[in-house]
Amino acid sequence: MKIEDLLNHTSEWLKGTGPNSEIVLSSRIRLARNLENIPFPHWANKKQTEEVLLAVSKAIEKNNYLKGLTIFNLSDLDNLDKQFLIERHLISQEQAQKKDNKAVIIDNDEIISIMVNEEDHLRIQVMQSGFNLFETWNIINRIDDCLAEELPFAFLADWGYLTACPTNTGTGMRASVMLHLPALVMSRQINRVLAAISKLSFTTRGLYGEGTQAMGNLFQVSNQVSLGHSEEEIINNINALIRQIIEQEMQARQALLSKSRAVLEDRINRSFGILKNAHIISSQETIELLSMVRLGLDLEIIRNIDRRTINELFIITQPAHLQKIERKRLSAEERDIKRAEIIRSRLKIKEG
Amino acid sequence: MLCDICGKNPATVHLTEIVDDQMNELHLCEECARQKSLQMEQQFGLSDLLAGLVEFEKPVLEKETALIKCPNCGLTYADFKKIGRLGCGNCYSAFKKYLAPLLKRIHGLSQHMGKSPKKLVKVNKKTSELATLRYKLQKAIEEEAFEEAARLRDQIKELEKRLKENNKNHNSKKG
Repeated sequence: MKIEDLLNHTSEWLKGTGPNSEIVLSSRIRLARNLENIPFPHWANKKQTEEVLLAVSKAIEKNNYLKGLTIFNLSDLDNLDKQFLIERHLISQEQAQKKDNKAVIIDNDEIISIMVNEEDHLRIQVMQSGFNLFETWNIINRIDDCLAEELPFAFLADWGYLTACPTNTGTGMRASVMLHLPALVMSRQINRVLAAISKLSFTTRGLYGEGTQAMGNLFQVSNQVSLGHSEEEIINNINALIRQIIEQEMQARQALLSKSRAVLEDRINRSFGILKNAHIISSQETIELLSMVRLGLDLEIIRNIDRRTINELFIITQPAHLQKIERKRLSAEERDIKRAEIIRSRLKIKEG
Repeated sequence: MLCDICGKNPATVHLTEIVDDQMNELHLCEECARQKSLQMEQQFGLSDLLAGLVEFEKPVLEKETALIKCPNCGLTYADFKKIGRLGCGNCYSAFKKYLAPLLKRIHGLSQHMGKSPKKLVKVNKKTSELATLRYKLQKAIEEEAFEEAARLRDQIKELEKRLKENNKNHNSKKG
């Protein structure tokens, strides 16, 4: 598999399928793991990170369940490729930074991504469409078991898996769910919801993780605590929380429909109109408008287009994706023109 | 829209800054945004936050803690305080006394309840079985229950032999 092959493929998290997919885009779990006795990437020398990469590559090849995965050495990729992988949620911002022996291991369906020599030696990630954390856990638990057969993980009975940052010690697990909450934002209830989430020691982030702003009414909710609870317990807790947020968003949507239907229809259809007709559009405006159209689909105010098309537009209109599609570097102005062109053509084909 | 900082390039990055409860929107070009994010990272990184947490500890003797060094990777506790990251898995044992309250503060709880690497569980179970037998043997000798002690001694020998064989198999499989 080559990086370019991913272009013709829809990321698992954008398929728009799975349970509660009208509100939940995706479920994802990551596990942090380190090899015994070898310093963590930030404290290791080149030889030691190389040793890690070699051991992990060998383990992948040897294991029947994992051997079909493709390894990309990040030093072989240029900045555009790395940005492209970030936009697809296959690597983190940190992983894109120039340093020796960083790699990412992915499967053809982009469900699995294993980062090597990120903050920890291994960051295993599994993504699924919709609200599906248990299924996600089953997959990642199996991958972790397979890797543990080949690699000696740093572990203490009292403190669990040992990680570079003590905030990940224990299960090394972060489970997160990406939610689309336009009605809670529009009815100005979102801050109350976010405050409640942080009180329960869960965190919210924007579309592209740590430190990013919420765009397009998309929020990632994840657990903060990793020590003292089993993986299943953490997932049960986050599931209960997510179910409540879904319920609140549903209620807010119904309230908007019954109290201000005309305003809502106007806003959704105007957004759709701009997307279908704009000739210059920024990525931020695109995301905000797509969010409205997605809501329009959910509420059947817009009918003749499918959710997957809208979900895909969220990602192919991102800067690195546009440049990959065009196969050349584009300035910010050129991107805004190209972006508008792609959106117009996608929405026209689907509608016609 | 032009960049708020340089006023020359078009703004493509949009930031919301909150300083002293004042919300401030910034629209920046790529170059200025990169500068800004570097600046922010320096001002307030995760390591500062963690270092803050560590600082928060009961004033343990600075000198005493600063000198402790992980025998495996050479990271000192002072290094950890500065960068907010441990150096390797062995650091956890080296700094156990100081990390325990920190982990409790971060997570609220301090005993791992999740999964373990499969192989390790087997070994752990047997080693703890061994520890229990040794403890019983000690007790038996103290109480001068020599028959019981002899029985325990044989059990220990047997278990030690089994553990050794396991390790051997394990290592040869690996190689």
